[in-house]
Amino acid sequence: MSTIPGKTIAERIFSAHSGTDARAGDIVVADVDFVMGQDGTTPLAIRALENMGVTEVFDPAKVAVVMDHSSPSPIEGVSALHTMMREFGKKTGAKVYDVGCGVCHQLIPENGHVVPGDLMVGCDSHTCTYGAVNVFSTGVGSTDGAAAMAAGKLWFKVPDTMRVTYDGALQPGVFSKDLVLALAGRIGADGATYMALEFDGPVIDALSVDARMTISNMAIEVGAKAGLMRADAKTLAWYEGRGKRAPRPVDPDADAIYAESLVFDASAIGPQVARPHSVDNVSPIEDVAGTRVAQGFIGTCTNGRLEDLKIAADILRGRKVHPDVRLIVAPASKQILLDAMEAGYIRDLVEAGAVLVTPGCGPCVGTHNGVPSDGENVISTANRNFKGRMGNSNAFIYLGSPATVAASVIEGAITDPRKYFSGGEG
Amino acid sequence: MAITARAFKYGDDINTDYIISGKYKFKSADMEAMAVHAMEDLDAEYYNKVKPSGGFLVAGKNFGMGSSREQAPLVLIHSNTKAVLAKSFARIFYRNAINTGLPVVECDTDLISDGDDLELDLEAGVLKNLAQGTEIPFAPLPPVMAQLLADGGLVAHFRKHGGFAV
Repeated sequence: MSTIPGKTIAERIFSAHSGTDARAGDIVVADVDFVMGQDGTTPLAIRALENMGVTEVFDPAKVAVVMDHSSPSPIEGVSALHTMMREFGKKTGAKVYDVGCGVCHQLIPENGHVVPGDLMVGCDSHTCTYGAVNVFSTGVGSTDGAAAMAAGKLWFKVPDTMRVTYDGALQPGVFSKDLVLALAGRIGADGATYMALEFDGPVIDALSVDARMTISNMAIEVGAKAGLMRADAKTLAWYEGRGKRAPRPVDPDADAIYAESLVFDASAIGPQVARPHSVDNVSPIEDVAGTRVAQGFIGTCTNGRLEDLKIAADILRGRKVHPDVRLIVAPASKQILLDAMEAGYIRDLVEAGAVLVTPGCGPCVGTHNGVPSDGENVISTANRNFKGRMGNSNAFIYLGSPATVAASVIEGAITDPRKYFSGGEG
Repeated sequence: MAITARAFKYGDDINTDYIISGKYKFKSADMEAMAVHAMEDLDAEYYNKVKPSGGFLVAGKNFGMGSSREQAPLVLIHSNTKAVLAKSFARIFYRNAINTGLPVVECDTDLISDGDDLELDLEAGVLKNLAQGTEIPFAPLPPVMAQLLADGGLVAHFRKHGGFAV
């Protein structure tokens, strides 16, 4: 009879990648399966590699750099950084995703660079997105990223895990974005600092892989290092034909030890909106309904996937964006753009008045594609609404689901999307 | 070695967009030029106040929340910020600070007022509030991080050891 306690997903993945019996609190040096950087962070990583005296990456098939944050280049400074990334790819053999390919956090899983059971790091805080497909993925800075590119390993503190269970079922018109905003509202921007989150429950099981990624993507918004989920039949089906290696799903042990456990009744959660200027400043939509908006944005690594575009297109089809509102749409990848064209969603959105921009980060980071004006309110599907985030510190950003954004741009004011669902006018 | 400088105090949850806005971070890799924008949306005068004779950036909880941008600790270093003192730090910022050589100290910053002169000796583990005549206790860095900082950051650690030696 063993009395050794079981392990969380995080502890099991770190054990497998460090060759140790890794437990929360341990410091381990672990092998990484993949390393990624984007155009805001890779240039500093390249410089760090040069300063380390390193000229090769540990395995060119396990390193990718993505031009997504400021792409195609709006100014000569960025053009020079993009050139530096292309030259790095040629020199080292690392995969280069050039302008228009899409957001790194869509491209890395979409192209099968990571598979369930992997450990990976990316030089971007939303690298936690792939927790939705059972990958321990976490954001690091450029120097850590450079060390991982050079050595194929990195040091980690094995995190404690907070278990977050969603019971019940989603109401019509309520989406995974609302679930994760409700979490941010409850525990705050530092509610899970240094911890891994493990999401489970019947609501998670019922979500598509696209919708699960929205939740894991925002784990960092509560300070978490990762936002993990189990790999189920849906995950494995999603990987058919795209995994570069065989998935090695990692479940938590039944007697795993959690630092904290939270349970939400999803049936009681309505549409949620994060108000300026912090992601944990969350209200039920009723509290902000009627707030005028000048711009809507549908896209990003949070909500720029095919299912998100479908939800927006289903609401906007045959309707018009309010004349005082700009709606900007940025599909998360070129493949999503093609699929959305094939399905007719792009036509629906553009006919309704949307402006389509390059697959990538769009206006989320404030570098291009729709910087708001002084005093304007924006309703966005992104993951951050920090002051100045979209390039103007005198603008105000509200965050919601794609349905909330679509409903709001029709009225020109923040609008509860439930009227378009379950017997409403839609 | 002890560092003496003035405290510049701010609040809780200071995010990386406040430290260096995304609209600047993508423009170039020249940290000296970007440093003039450090903390701009929170305090437009930060650079002008700190650059001439250095300073300690003092904050509340969850300093550095948000993005992974290493430009955040780098612009603080280039604005002559000697260390960041906060009640707690966001994870990625904390690692980035150590990797780039910016000292970070977790302590009770309620014991510091804006404008206080402080003396910090990292090796000895002593933080003195010279203005109030008090000593403020702080937890030492985890051993791995202390070693990286002692080697001069992660790049210097790699050069010295040819890889990870932790």
